[in-house]
Amino acid sequence: MDYFDRFAIPHPSPAIYASMVAIGLTVIAILVGLTYFKKWGYLWREWLTTVDHKRIGIMYLIAALLMLFRGGVDALMMRAQTAVPDNKLLDAQHYNEVFTTHGVVMIIFMAMPFIYALMNFVVPLQIGARDVAFPRLNALSFWLFFMGAMLFNISFVIGGSPDAGWTSYFPLAGNDFSQSVGTNYYLMSIQIAGIGTLISGINFIATIFKMRAPGMKLMKMPMFTWTALITNAIVVFAFPVLTVTLLLGTMDRLFGTHIFSMTNGGMDMLWANLFWVWGHPEVYILILPAFGIYSEIISTFSQRNLYGYKSMVASIVIISFFSFLVWTHHFFTMGQGPLTNSIFSITTMAIAIPTGIKIFNWLLTMRKGKIKFTVPMLYSVGFIPIFTIGGVTGVMLGMASADYQYHNTMFLVAHFHYTIIPGVVFAMLAGLTYWWPKMFGFMLNERIGKWAFWFIAIGFNVTFFPMFFTGLDGQARRMYTYSEASGFGLLNMLSFVGAVGLAIGFAIIVYNVYYSTRHSSRNIGSDPWNARTLEWATQTPVQSYNFARTPQVDSIEAFWDHKKKGKPLFKGKIEKIHMPNNSGVPFIMSCIFFVWGFSFVFSMWIPAIITTIAIFACMAHRSFEKDDGHYISVKEIEATEKDSEVLANESR
Amino acid sequence: MSELFPRKQVMGFVFSLVLTAAALTVYFMDVSFAVGMTILLATAFIQAGVQLVGFMHAGESEDKVAIYANIYYGIAIALVTIFGTLLILVWDM
Repeated sequence: MDYFDRFAIPHPSPAIYASMVAIGLTVIAILVGLTYFKKWGYLWREWLTTVDHKRIGIMYLIAALLMLFRGGVDALMMRAQTAVPDNKLLDAQHYNEVFTTHGVVMIIFMAMPFIYALMNFVVPLQIGARDVAFPRLNALSFWLFFMGAMLFNISFVIGGSPDAGWTSYFPLAGNDFSQSVGTNYYLMSIQIAGIGTLISGINFIATIFKMRAPGMKLMKMPMFTWTALITNAIVVFAFPVLTVTLLLGTMDRLFGTHIFSMTNGGMDMLWANLFWVWGHPEVYILILPAFGIYSEIISTFSQRNLYGYKSMVASIVIISFFSFLVWTHHFFTMGQGPLTNSIFSITTMAIAIPTGIKIFNWLLTMRKGKIKFTVPMLYSVGFIPIFTIGGVTGVMLGMASADYQYHNTMFLVAHFHYTIIPGVVFAMLAGLTYWWPKMFGFMLNERIGKWAFWFIAIGFNVTFFPMFFTGLDGQARRMYTYSEASGFGLLNMLSFVGAVGLAIGFAIIVYNVYYSTRHSSRNIGSDPWNARTLEWATQTPVQSYNFARTPQVDSIEAFWDHKKKGKPLFKGKIEKIHMPNNSGVPFIMSCIFFVWGFSFVFSMWIPAIITTIAIFACMAHRSFEKDDGHYISVKEIEATEKDSEVLANESR
Repeated sequence: MSELFPRKQVMGFVFSLVLTAAALTVYFMDVSFAVGMTILLATAFIQAGVQLVGFMHAGESEDKVAIYANIYYGIAIALVTIFGTLLILVWDM
């Protein structure tokens, strides 16, 4: 029995036992449901083994939305706990676990897959490609991310959640101060998901460099593709740092090294340093795709071409480089001298310049445009003032000497939510609404969508604006409760009210999906927004091969020119198309990775060794496998294209 | 005949052997730590450059510009990270 004691929760509560029951029942319901409706074969053939970038994108999307709600519930628990002074809803340990989980889930398992969902779905379509450069690796990326996320999510019912914050600073996260296996979960699950992200990074760079449609020079790419390219470049340069850092942390916790310890020659601040060497570029990995999405949406709904294309490209390239020069601003108070702090203060403020250029470009795109206030456009327009508040408070935090006042207070919490929520959440909701018809063949209801937007926009400001004040008054972040005498009570209650507003907003989005699925028209054509880029030149829903004939591009907005000036987009005749085969190996290999991670979390060495061998066996299998893909014949393509309006336009 | 002989690759191979020999001297000769590390680091980076350009054909395709841009970008970021870390944790602590 001793062996199984390690799986027990170190700090149980009725809520956790209730969650265990709920998780158990959900798993049973899913298994029974799949069996009852005989969907196992469908699931395996169409989803688990797929290498189609569009389906992988949709799976990323579903996972991201699930994680959004998981992280959102954590957020509500925190706001409820701090809503009144001396609250007893959560104790200190649970509060630590909840804010740690909230941070990790939202950054690594919500924002990242959401970005990759849209990149996967949109980028190959925007550049006129049939799939990504390495379709099977793409499936592996998704399943590694998914298994990492699942590993992290079982932590609170098996063995205990991590509780050292999403930054997981050593020595607090070391064995001396974090004795449960929680931090092992943190290290292993992010490691597994991080490998997936790194693979995606390489995959998308190769795709964008090598698979663009004929005539699409780099400076003729749509803005979202540009931001995707630069984002993935940052991924490739930043994620190896995370991989190494997590590995060093794992060595410290599992194998008794002293890299981040305070004794035996360890360097206790090195974790914080390395973490932010990855962590700051990560912020830009999150924000740059959002900038791309806003550029597409603002240009489409202002019915104008994007103002200052070249300066937009230049500013994202500069931002990507600067993102590697500023990491120290996360720990100005760590004890390094004023010289270092001054250098990183200046680099930090310098980032405001290219960001400002982008903001002005969007404003100038809207100027003299015929603006249509659709739901995606509302999010984009709402983003600009809210993000500017986030940016300005960021410059305040970037002043090293003043930062001693703000550091680790609710002011900081307010600041980064003011950048990340408009920067990522608004962008993803905007992008989701914008590309939804391309993904699913119907539009989300605009009226309900606008209700959701206003609940989210107002709820967001009511939640986070009060934190600027409580932070300046001295309320520390991650503090699980406070006394009545501190006077924080009223503003924290206001925050809680705002959080409820946010929750209602997201509930309305869920209702909107349900409502639109049942009631929206399916007869929307392939270009419902009157958009400008190539993804709208495909049929809806998109065929597995994307384009029957490869588009020929000679301007930034080839599809727009095609529509307005009648320039032909598809020349030549239909030829047979080479497509990759499906494969179950990525899914199986990722399942093995899950067991591998789990074995490491609990220091179970025999399963760890077996799964390590199995992982290498999967890779060897791939090396010796002969898989040349398959061809779709001209006859088949013509049959599927028969009713398409693409062909109809051509024959006119 | 001269087109068939991989002159560049053979020269590169000889050069990498020379570099390896130079690095080996650190072990056999009695030099100070600083000098030894300097020799090792210098030979290692030149070696990496030879591999990239000579044997991995970095400069021989249409993507030449993209490949070199990526390499320079990577080197710049690596240098910034290393020297920044030294500045924070050692020189200015």
